[in-house]
Amino acid sequence: MVDIVRRRYLYFGISLLVISPGLIALLIWGLPLAIDFTGGSLLQVSFDSGTSPPTDAVRQIYDQFGFVDSLVQTSGNDAIIVRTKHMEDSTKVQIVDEMEKRFGSPITVDRFETVGPSIGQEVALRASGAVALAALGIMFYITFAFRGVEHAFRYGVSAIIAMLHDIFVVIGIEAILGHFLGWEVDALFLTALLTVIGFSVHDTIVVFDRIRENSNIYRRLPYETVVNHSIVQTLVRSINTQLTVMFTLLALVIFGGVTIRHFVLILLVGVLSGTYSSIFNAAPILVVWENREWRNWFRTKKSSESLA
Amino acid sequence: MKRYRTLILIFLILAIAIWVDLPNNPGIHLGKYNHNIDTRLGLDLVGGVQALLEADLPEGEQPTPENMGTAKTIVENRVNGLTGVTEALVQLAGNNRIVVEVPGAQDPEQAIATIKETGLLEFVHMASNPLAVGTIVQTDFGQTGDPIPQPTPTGEPGVVGPSPSDQILHTVMTGETLKTVNVQRNQSGQYVIDFTLSPEGTKTFGDYTSQNIGQFLGIVLDKQVISAPRVNDAITEGQGVITGGFTSESANSLALQLRYGSLPIPLKVVTSQTVGPTLGQDSLRKSLIAGFIGLSVVILFMSLYYRLPGVIADLALIVYALITFALFKLIPVTLTLPGIAGFVLSIGVAVDANILIFERLKEELRSGRTLRQAIDLGWARAWPSIRDSNLSTLITCVILFWFGSTFGASIVKGFSFTLAIGVLVSMFTAIIVTRNFLHVVLDNIELASHPRLFGL
Repeated sequence: MVDIVRRRYLYFGISLLVISPGLIALLIWGLPLAIDFTGGSLLQVSFDSGTSPPTDAVRQIYDQFGFVDSLVQTSGNDAIIVRTKHMEDSTKVQIVDEMEKRFGSPITVDRFETVGPSIGQEVALRASGAVALAALGIMFYITFAFRGVEHAFRYGVSAIIAMLHDIFVVIGIEAILGHFLGWEVDALFLTALLTVIGFSVHDTIVVFDRIRENSNIYRRLPYETVVNHSIVQTLVRSINTQLTVMFTLLALVIFGGVTIRHFVLILLVGVLSGTYSSIFNAAPILVVWENREWRNWFRTKKSSESLA
Repeated sequence: MKRYRTLILIFLILAIAIWVDLPNNPGIHLGKYNHNIDTRLGLDLVGGVQALLEADLPEGEQPTPENMGTAKTIVENRVNGLTGVTEALVQLAGNNRIVVEVPGAQDPEQAIATIKETGLLEFVHMASNPLAVGTIVQTDFGQTGDPIPQPTPTGEPGVVGPSPSDQILHTVMTGETLKTVNVQRNQSGQYVIDFTLSPEGTKTFGDYTSQNIGQFLGIVLDKQVISAPRVNDAITEGQGVITGGFTSESANSLALQLRYGSLPIPLKVVTSQTVGPTLGQDSLRKSLIAGFIGLSVVILFMSLYYRLPGVIADLALIVYALITFALFKLIPVTLTLPGIAGFVLSIGVAVDANILIFERLKEELRSGRTLRQAIDLGWARAWPSIRDSNLSTLITCVILFWFGSTFGASIVKGFSFTLAIGVLVSMFTAIIVTRNFLHVVLDNIELASHPRLFGL
């Protein structure tokens, strides 16, 4: 039988290796927050003439209206996206009129979003609250659902650690992609993150459930063996479920619209990480806890030998 | 046979679901009960405008729930009065916000302008010196001497803000006394607002005009002078006309505000979102294609890997999709892009329940149980996993929904709601539908001698 639990530190190491670049990116570049959280305005327009004007010319118009730090991006051949500080709807109308006049082409407003600065902060605050609340709710539910097992609380905590793993993976990827592709953390990203949390726990519970069942059947076997047995028994299910979710998400990435590509990609990464963490992190952590292995982590080889 | 009773129930539910899913469903009309059944598409799919309005009160003050309720009703009436609007959605969000969604709005700017203005019309006494149009004034109506909250900041680039007048003017009457309001064009082709007054208003207006012939009567909207006509005669018939250099849009917008009354509290727009219609339609088409492809691949995978049970799970999956879509139409759920993503994702959840069961089924078969025993045991053993994992997903959905409704983030709300419906329906189809279908197949075909059909 495959022995996953025995090599647990190798798998913890792989996790660390995957998470580190993202965390470093996060520390260096930070998370690119969208106007949903910072407040501001976003205007996306397409020019009916088929070609968008030079970004400098657009920026000039914004300067004229007092928005000196506008960020102008082109999107395709005929469209531009401009991000600025918070502006009123009426100002937008004036700016669009001015663009039509100056660039001599009728303009279609594809998208206009504006978020007041104070509400942005409130959303960011509540968002972190929502994540924390979700984590707590799930932890209590697991502790409750596993109340018949010894150390039920450990199962809740291990699931949360695996969940944090997935949050770090997703946020790290976002920090890297945000820097290189200009993706932003918006309300949709948050939705994706919370879904990943839900799925991560979903996967973890399936493995834990098997441990719960097996610990009642094989009372004589060492805990480590029971855990490994449970992981292996649920392995095919984990892989097959992972595959079906990947099929649907990949279809959305490839054939779906550009508007949700970012959202779906984050889901894809997160769901993948969720499956990994439930097999290679959550269940092995239970073993680490059972053996209280942290007592040996910071000891040198020598001293542990002398103890033995 | 209990099994066949369940089967009949499943087919009954399925028949209803298919009827609801029909593209041209006539809706339910039984006596007084009317319920239209149609697919509601969100802003990101059909285009339109969404705005989050917040009570604009001084720091530390909270609006009363009654005031918010009244404001919501008024906003709702105004939105539905806009031309071409059929499925607007107005909801309270938290205790001081109102979220407004107007799918398919043709003129988003105008829609927002109409919604957010307080719409307080006052007829003020200006004695012998009329103030210029555009002047910001103070009146003695509903004022305690505090500065007036301004719905829009003045001094925008290129616009010279009107200078406020220090004088406090006396309000003769307000827009509340208007009975009917209509937009007309006068002889010179200008847009004017034609009104008639309530009996009470007629008396007040009659008394005032007969005592003040030759004086000026200011018409003030949201504390800004829109016209200052001279009283030439006593007006006792309770009719009048407001001129104010209106365009067709501004006249209609004012008429809407007057018709449904002024807001009890000033509102400001804290977030707004406008989506053009072309962007939305393109996304809808692509997401539907993607969903269809995703579903097909899953169906193929299941039947190849799990053989006969897989094919039955595929049937259950189709039942699942039909029921879920029917629920979307019945409730109704406004479909947004993330909502569709949530739906597609819940297909994964639906399949997962069956995968869990089938893996168990195989294990039981390998350990030498008969097929019937293995099926029942497989279901019984997989149930705790399915229950606990789905409940944890539902916990996340509830929290997302709460988060989405507080901020009018309808995308987040839509996603969590569709995912939750998907999880609940999938538990029904994966557990009851698949199992019964499988038993019925076994009743009719001798399969015990064909283990390959179970992928063994």
